[in-house]
Amino acid sequence: MSHKTIKTISDPKLKLEVLTKEEVQKIHEATLHIIENVGVRFPSKRALEVWQANGAQVDFEKKIVRAKPQLIEDALKKCPPKYDLGARDPQQNLPLDGNHVCLGTDGCGVEIIDIDTRKKRTSVLQDVRDIARVADATPEVAFHWVPLSAQDTPVEARGLHELQAVWENSTKHVQTESIYNVHEAKAAVEMAGILAGGKEELRKRPVLSLMQCTAPPLGHDGGSLDAALIAAEAGIPTGFMTMSACLTTGPATMAGTLAVGNAEVIAATALLQLAYPGAPVFYAAAQTASDPRLGVYTGGGPEDFLFGAATNVLADFYNIPLSMGSFATGAKEPNWQAGLEGSLSTFMASVVMSDMLLGVGFLHGSRIWSYAEMMMDCEIFSIIHKMMQGIVVNEETLALDAIAAVGPGGHYLAQKHSRNHMREIFLPKFLDRRPYTQWEEKGDDARDWALEKARKILKEHQPDPLDEKIGSEFERIIKSVEKQ
Amino acid sequence: MSDELFKQMAQSIIDGDSDLSTELAQKSIEMNIPPLDAITKGFVIGVNYIGDQFGAGEAFLPELVMAGEAMKAAVATLEPELLKLGEARETMGRVVLATVEGDIHEIGKTLVGTMLSASGFEVTDLGVDQPADKIIGKALEINASIIGMSALLTTTMVRQREVIEEMDKEGLRPKIKVMVGGAPITREWATKIKADGYSEDAVGAVKLAKELVGKADV
Repeated sequence: MSHKTIKTISDPKLKLEVLTKEEVQKIHEATLHIIENVGVRFPSKRALEVWQANGAQVDFEKKIVRAKPQLIEDALKKCPPKYDLGARDPQQNLPLDGNHVCLGTDGCGVEIIDIDTRKKRTSVLQDVRDIARVADATPEVAFHWVPLSAQDTPVEARGLHELQAVWENSTKHVQTESIYNVHEAKAAVEMAGILAGGKEELRKRPVLSLMQCTAPPLGHDGGSLDAALIAAEAGIPTGFMTMSACLTTGPATMAGTLAVGNAEVIAATALLQLAYPGAPVFYAAAQTASDPRLGVYTGGGPEDFLFGAATNVLADFYNIPLSMGSFATGAKEPNWQAGLEGSLSTFMASVVMSDMLLGVGFLHGSRIWSYAEMMMDCEIFSIIHKMMQGIVVNEETLALDAIAAVGPGGHYLAQKHSRNHMREIFLPKFLDRRPYTQWEEKGDDARDWALEKARKILKEHQPDPLDEKIGSEFERIIKSVEKQ
Repeated sequence: MSDELFKQMAQSIIDGDSDLSTELAQKSIEMNIPPLDAITKGFVIGVNYIGDQFGAGEAFLPELVMAGEAMKAAVATLEPELLKLGEARETMGRVVLATVEGDIHEIGKTLVGTMLSASGFEVTDLGVDQPADKIIGKALEINASIIGMSALLTTTMVRQREVIEEMDKEGLRPKIKVMVGGAPITREWATKIKADGYSEDAVGAVKLAKELVGKADV
C-alpha cells in the first residue's frame, strides 16, 4: 500500500433508521418556525445587508434576522449536493458525494502529550507540523483539521501559520476552524489559490475548506460570518458547525437541541447561498449533552452517539455534505472511556454515511492531543470500515466446496478457499491477542504500540516537499498580515 | 406566623419560583419583618439547602440556577428596605466577571456568575468583548475583591494577561484578586500570567472565589 492511499468507507451494507421521514419533517418545520419567529443573530454588517436585500426582516440594532420559510428553503436549494475536496496531490482529492466517509484529525486543541517525554504541555507550531506529517502517512486520515493551536506564533496570523505548517508537511486536504476574521480569510484564500495554481483552479480543486463555529444558542460570530463570505466567494467549501449542548446552549431535550442547532446551521448556510448562489457548503455539527451536575462540555455519551446519526439525516434532507463530530471523549488519557466514546460515536456517524468525520487524536473534550490516541482512533475507524462492508453472501462466500471437503471434524486451515479469503479477516494492530503469560512478562499494551507507531512515522516519513516558490509566497502573505 | 413565612420563603427558593419569592418578600415588608431576617432566616435557608443537595450530587444545574434567580428576585425586592434602614446584606465579596475583548463566548462565565451569586457573592457581569479598562474600571467603581475573566480562543486568552499586567502597573493587586477560566485555559497558563487562580468549571470557581476572599470554610 502506497503512503498515498486513503481509506474511506463506501458502499455500505449496514443501515440504521434513527429518524423517520415524518420526524425529520417535524424538525425541519420547527427549525423554520425558529428562524421566522425567534430569529438568529448575525453580528456582521455585511451579512445583515445580504439578508435585508433578500427580503428578510432585519433588526440592525440587535443584529437579529427573521426570515420566511420560503426564503430559507429557496436559498438551500442552490447548495451543490456533491463536490470534491481538493488536495495538494490531486490523487488524494476526496469526493463528498454521499457515498464516502472521510476521516480527519480533530481540532483545535491547546495542549499535547509530548511524544518523547509523555508529559502534557502547551501546543506550538512544530506540533502542527509533526501531526500533519504523521497524518500524511496514515491511510485512515483522509484530510487534516488543523489539530492544535500554534501558540508560539503571533495571534494576528496564527491561523495562517497553522495552514502553512500543514501544507508543508502533507499533500492531503486541509480544513481549519481557526480563520475567523477578514484579514486572515483573505490571506488564506490567497494562499490556497497559490497552492491550487490560480483562482479558477482553486474553484475546481479547493485545497482548503473552512469551518466556522456558531455562537449558540441561535447566534453567530461576526468575524466568522465575514470570513465565511470571503471563502464562499472564492469557491472554498465552507460549513457552519453547531455544538449545541442539551441543557446549556440547547434545550434539555434532544429534538429541541437538534432544531435549535439546525436553525443556526441552515440560516448561515442560506446566507452564503443568498450571497454566492451555488457556493460549495457543508453542514457541520458536534452536538452533545451538558453534564447536568457540572455543566461542562467534553463530548461523548449516548446523546452524542444519537446526534451523530441523526444529523446526517438532516444534512441529507437538505442535500448537502456533512462534517460530523465523532471520537469526542471526556477521557483524560487513552482508556476505556476513550475507546467506548470513540467507537460508538464513530460507528453511529459512519453507519448513516456522514461525509466527513472529525476526528482522531484528542482527549479531554478536544483539548489535549495524544499520538497514541490518534493511532488507536484510526484502528477504531478501520474496524468500523470493515464492519460497514457487512457480510457478503454468494456462492463463493458460502464456501460449500470447502465445507464438503472438510466434512464433519477436521479444520479449514488447509483449504485453498481459506488461503483465498484469509486476508479479508481484519488484522488488528493494537488489539491484544497474545497469551496471558506474554502480556504478564512484557507489561505493555495498545497505548505503547500506538505511540511507537507514531514515533516510527515521525522518524521515517518524508512527505512530498512543497515547492519552494510556493513556500516563500506563503511567507510573504503571512508577513503582510502580521504587519497590518 | 413569621416562622411559617420563613419556611415558605425557603421553599420558594428550593422550587426556583421567582414570582413566589418576590411575592413573599413583598409580604414580609408589609408584615414589618426586618428585611435581614427575611433573607437570613428565610431565603438563604433555601439557597443553602439547594447548595448542599447540589454538592451531594442530588440537585442538577437547572435547579441551582433557578434557585439563584429566585434568590436574586427576592433580594431585589428587599434591597430598598435595607437601604432605608441603612443596613447591608453581608456578602462573601464583590466580583466583576467578563469575557475578554475580541471574544463573544459566555455560557461558562454566565454559569460561574450564577453559581457565585447563589453562594452569596455580589456579582457584576459585564458580558462579552470587554476591554481591560472597562473591567478594571468597574472593579474599582464597585470596590470588587475579585475580577473573573473568561476566554474561549487561544487568540483572545492573551487578553487575560493584558488585564493582569495593567492591574499590576496600577498597583491594584493583591487587593483585587484575579481568577481566569475558559476552554483553552490551563493551570500552566494561569500560573504563567500570574493569575491568582483558575478553575475548569463553575463548581470549582466558587470554591476558588471563597479561597481568594479568605472564606474557604464558609
